[in-house]
Amino acid sequence: MSYWTIRRRDVLTGYLFILPQLAGVAVFVLLPVGMAIWYSLNDWNVFTGKQTFVGAENYAALADDPQLPKVLGATALFSGGVVVLNIALGLLLAVLLNRKFRGVTFFRTVFFSPVVVSVVAWTLVWGFLLQDNGGINGLLGGIGIDGPNWLQHGDTAMISVVFTQVVRSVGVNMVLFLAALQGVPGELYEAARIDGASSRSVFGRITLPLISPTILLTVIVTVVGALQSFAQIAVLTAGGPELSTTVLVYYVFQQAFKFNDIGYGSTLALMLLSFVMVLTLLQWQLRRKWVFYEE
Amino acid sequence: MRSRRVLLVLALAVLAIPFVVPTVWMVAASVKPLPEIFAAPPSLWTKHPTLAAYGEAFSFQPFARQYLNSVYIAVLVTLITLAVSALGGYAFARIKFPGANALFLVVLTGLLVPSEVTIVPLFQMFKRAGMINTHWPLILVTALAAPCVLATFIMRQFFIALPVELEEAARLDGLGRPGIWFRICLPLAKPALSAVAILTFLASWNLYLEPTVYITSPELFTLPQALTRFTDAYGGQMWNTQLAAATMTVLPMLVVFVLLQRQFVEGLAHSGLK
Repeated sequence: MSYWTIRRRDVLTGYLFILPQLAGVAVFVLLPVGMAIWYSLNDWNVFTGKQTFVGAENYAALADDPQLPKVLGATALFSGGVVVLNIALGLLLAVLLNRKFRGVTFFRTVFFSPVVVSVVAWTLVWGFLLQDNGGINGLLGGIGIDGPNWLQHGDTAMISVVFTQVVRSVGVNMVLFLAALQGVPGELYEAARIDGASSRSVFGRITLPLISPTILLTVIVTVVGALQSFAQIAVLTAGGPELSTTVLVYYVFQQAFKFNDIGYGSTLALMLLSFVMVLTLLQWQLRRKWVFYEE
Repeated sequence: MRSRRVLLVLALAVLAIPFVVPTVWMVAASVKPLPEIFAAPPSLWTKHPTLAAYGEAFSFQPFARQYLNSVYIAVLVTLITLAVSALGGYAFARIKFPGANALFLVVLTGLLVPSEVTIVPLFQMFKRAGMINTHWPLILVTALAAPCVLATFIMRQFFIALPVELEEAARLDGLGRPGIWFRICLPLAKPALSAVAILTFLASWNLYLEPTVYITSPELFTLPQALTRFTDAYGGQMWNTQLAAATMTVLPMLVVFVLLQRQFVEGLAHSGLK
C-alpha cells in the first residue's frame, strides 16, 4: 500500500471514530439550542396548542416580569453562597488532609462520601432533618436553643439549600485541591523554611499562587454547577417559601413544564445559557492573565 | 506536636458531623416505628426496630421494578459512553484529519450547554418521535450528550499523554488503526476508562430533571423520581417508607465507594479536570 492509501484510510478512520460523539452533540445539544432560539421568538402555549411568531416580545417580557428580579437575586445569592462556602471549605479540608497521620484516609472517605449519595436521597434526608420538629431542632432543643422552622422562612430556607448543596459536593473540590497541593514541589517549602518564613506567609506566597489554576477552575465549575442545581431545590423547598429559593433553572422548569409557556421558558433558558457562556469565557480570559503559572 | 495532632483530628471529627449524620440518621430512622421518628428529644437507636417500612416501599410502589430501571439504564449508558468516548477521544488525540480542532471545539460545546436549556426542545423532539414515557430519552441524551462529552475530553487527555512509540511499533508489525486502538491503546487506558465509568454511572444514577419531565408511569420511574413519590392520599410524606427506600438507594453506592475509594478519588483527581 502506498503512503497515500494509508493516509486516506487513516483520515477516514478518524472521522468514523468521532462520528458517534459528533452526531450526539449535533442532535442532542446544537439542534435543541437552535430550536430554543426559535421557540423564544414565538408565543407558544402547549395547552392551547397555538404557536405564533412574535419576534422579540418574549425578550421584552423579561423586563416586565415582576418575578424575574427576585429570581435573579435568589440565583445570585445561591450561586455566590455555594461557591464561597464550597471553595473555602474544600480548601480547608484539603489543607488539613494534606499531611500524614493515622486516619487521613478515613476522613478523606468521609468528606467525599456524600458525592456518591443520590442527590434526591441526600436532599430528602436533609428535608426530614430540617422539619420544624425534625432532628436539627431536636438537637438544638437539647442545648436549649429554639431552632427556627428552617424551610418555612426565606432566609433560613436559602441557608438550608446552600448548606446541603455544599456538604454534598465539596468532596469533589477537596480532592482536586488535594491533588493540586501534592503537586507543589517540596523544595519550595524547604527553601521558605530555611529563609525563616512563617507558615502563614508560606501559604499565602507559595501555596496559593501555585494552586491558583485549580482554584480558578473549581470556582468556575462550582458556579456553573450551582447555576444548574435543580434537584436540590425541587426536593427541599420547591422554590419557596414564596420565591426566596426559586433560582433560574427552577424558574425555567416552572415556566416551561408547569405553566406550559414554551416561548417564555425558552427565553429564560437562553438567559441561563448566556450566564454560563460568559462565565466560561471569563475563565479562559482570566486563565491567561491572572494565574501564576501554566503547565 | 502530639497535642496539635489530637487537635487536628478533633477539628476534622467536628467538621465530619454534617457529612456523616444524614446517612446514619437515614438508616436509623428507616427501622423506627413511625411515631418514634419525630420523638423529642431525638434518639438515634430504637428499642423496637422494624423492617415494616422496607416491605411497604415495595408494596406502595413497584419499587423493585424502579430499582431495576435505574440499574439497567445506568449500566447501558455507561457502556455506550465508554465506547463512544474511547473512540472519539482517541481520534481527537491521535489521528490527524482536516478540521479536527474545529470539530473538537464543536463537541466541547456539549459541556457548556446546561441540560435545562435543551430539555424543552428535546421534549418536543422526543414527543414527535413517540418516545415520551419511555426510557429512550434518558439513555440517548445521557449516553451521547453532556456526560459523554466530559468522558470524551477525559479520554482525549489520556491518549495525548500516551507514548506514541507504542503505536509505531504496532504499526510496523502491520496492525491497522482500529487494531492499534483496540489491542494496544484500550488495554493501557484502564485508569481513564474506570474514571469515565464511575463519573458516567453516577451521572445517570442521579438524573432527576429528565425522568421528571419524560416519564409519567410509576413502573417506568427511576429511583430518584420514585423516592419523591412516597406520599399518602393527603399528600403527606410517608417518612419511614421514604427513608427505607432512600437507604436502599444509597447504601449499595456507598459500599461500592468505600471498597473502590482509591479508584474514585484518584480517577477524579486525574480526570483532566486539573
